[in-house]
Amino acid sequence: MDLFEHQARELFEEHGIPVPRAEVTDSPKEARGIARRLGGRVVVKAQVKTGGRGKAGGVKLAADPAAAELTARQIIGMDIKGHTVGTVMLAEPVDIESEFYVGYVLDRAAGRFLAIASAEGGMEIEEVAARRPQAVARVHIDPAEGVTTARAAEIAEAAGLPPQTVDVLVRLWNVLVREDAVLVEVNPLVRTARGQILALDGKVTLDDNAQFRQARWGDQQAAHDDPLEAAAAAKGLNYVKLDGEVGVIGNGAGLVMSTLDVVAGCGARPANFLDIGGGASAQVMADGLSVVLSDPAVKSVLVNVFGGITACDAVADGIVRALETVRVTKPLVVRLDGNNAARGRAILDGRAHPLVQQATTMDGAARRAAQLADAT
Amino acid sequence: MAIYLTKESKVLVQGMTGGEGMKHTRRMLAAGTDVVGGVNPRKAGRTVDFDDRAVPVFGSVREGVEATGADVSVVFVPPAFARAAVQEAADAGIALAVVITEGIPVHDSVAFHAYAAAKGTRVVGPNCPGLITPGQSNAGIIPADIAKPGRIGLVSKSGTLTYQLMHELRDIGFSTCVGIGGDPVVGTTHIDCLAAFQDDPDTELVVLIGEIGGDAEERAAAHIRDHVTKPVVAYIAGFTAPEGKTMGHAGAIVSGSSGTAQAKKEALEAAGVLVGGTPTETARLVLDRLTAERDVTHS
Repeated sequence: MDLFEHQARELFEEHGIPVPRAEVTDSPKEARGIARRLGGRVVVKAQVKTGGRGKAGGVKLAADPAAAELTARQIIGMDIKGHTVGTVMLAEPVDIESEFYVGYVLDRAAGRFLAIASAEGGMEIEEVAARRPQAVARVHIDPAEGVTTARAAEIAEAAGLPPQTVDVLVRLWNVLVREDAVLVEVNPLVRTARGQILALDGKVTLDDNAQFRQARWGDQQAAHDDPLEAAAAAKGLNYVKLDGEVGVIGNGAGLVMSTLDVVAGCGARPANFLDIGGGASAQVMADGLSVVLSDPAVKSVLVNVFGGITACDAVADGIVRALETVRVTKPLVVRLDGNNAARGRAILDGRAHPLVQQATTMDGAARRAAQLADAT
Repeated sequence: MAIYLTKESKVLVQGMTGGEGMKHTRRMLAAGTDVVGGVNPRKAGRTVDFDDRAVPVFGSVREGVEATGADVSVVFVPPAFARAAVQEAADAGIALAVVITEGIPVHDSVAFHAYAAAKGTRVVGPNCPGLITPGQSNAGIIPADIAKPGRIGLVSKSGTLTYQLMHELRDIGFSTCVGIGGDPVVGTTHIDCLAAFQDDPDTELVVLIGEIGGDAEERAAAHIRDHVTKPVVAYIAGFTAPEGKTMGHAGAIVSGSSGTAQAKKEALEAAGVLVGGTPTETARLVLDRLTAERDVTHS
């Protein structure tokens, strides 16, 4: 899960990384009061989980509290790359002398975290790396050792950063490890005209798998932009909303991704990703069907299950029970294969629901679901 | 022969006495796996009956290894305990630790991978179905009855796509199938398996299954180009996945323009690998390729 800038700032502050004074609000009126507290002149920053805020007009300087209120009113509710701005952060302006980049990212291939640092901050680090790769230092971190002061000094020196950044590098590593983040970056980390080091903007991505020991973000986790994704998450379903018209339900992340591709290969567009997992119960199937059918964009539904550990007769029982609890209004194409497939197919045949039809292969099922979506 | 796992492998199960552990230990035994013990400090000294076999429970992996000569451990413990479990297996000198557990925090897996590597323990997973050498041994949760022994090696990030391909190619059969897992960081990689299959006289052709996220497939392509002479047929899932969304597996995410299915397909094709558009088409490519090889051999 990505955090908002103001949440990242709060974490940095807790871990002793110097940040500018700032407050967050969803009310333009409050923005005026905040600006007054911060000394009048403030930067008003849209809080959205996407880059390119500045270019989109989501970051503006306000000269006084009245201007801050006006600017906040303009920015709140604004759409930035499909994200609606709900809150703004107001921060004291900073006299920047130089801008740096520091961050830790997961290097999947190496199986280690990688420190990335550059004396050329303020822009996308990927751009710097593409244009001037020698300006970006990369140092792998031994997980048993972590970032010691000596290691941090090595990173700072490799990137040509001033010695005051060493402490920030150590503390930023603490944010990464103690908060179970998979990415932390400060961009820009600045040196002010008065020689002070400040983290001006930051990004933190938390590890969803670590929720069980990071209770403070529990409420945030459930916050989905899409109402269908929110409904699915509330039922504990692994669901991602997509733009098409063929609803897809399957077991196993790989098989469901593959099913989406096969649907697309038939000239239709998948409406969603939904993995009901191994050993899915009738309840999970019913929950899944109800979420997919409640999507107004869905015109047909493809259920693609390969029974590995799961027996297909159990899956068929689940579908039959789902048909009793969920009002099915759109055609369903079901493909069952693998463990006990014949018995599963016989159960669905026996139920003989007018909107449910079966296919014996994955490709055939996708073709049929695509035709049905096209016909309605 | 096969890779990593044979009928000689002696298997311990960490977390055997839990629900999943019990269910899958029973299945592993039925598949012929030599399960020599379970590990649970709170139930040490007892035995658990699985149909016709009584399996002892040890207080630690070390005790289990000393008593039985176990060289493989299958880990079913909950995410919060996985790091300690893998490190314990490595400390006990286990050669192969198969981590089935899904949902392990990445800092924990980064830590245990480094630890295991330093001790010389190979890790498969986490978040994986394990590996099977049909007719010999099964370490994990892959259904043993899908396919018979044969000459195809398979390495995959996805469990269900492994089952699907095994099913489609069940009559040809498999030397070993390795589910390496869908997490961002895994112990055994596509490249490790490709290298092992290249050296395995029982493997004639390799099926490689990948999915969006990271660059493991691109790296595998470079390895194939330089080091693999056996035919490789690949399948990649996730062409329709949107950018920035995690698709079920923690590692299955396209970030910006990196990790796309298209880039992986192109890299593999550039290395001379046949890439199927669907699982079924992939199976057909395997059959065609094996037939062509036979024709060449017989002419």
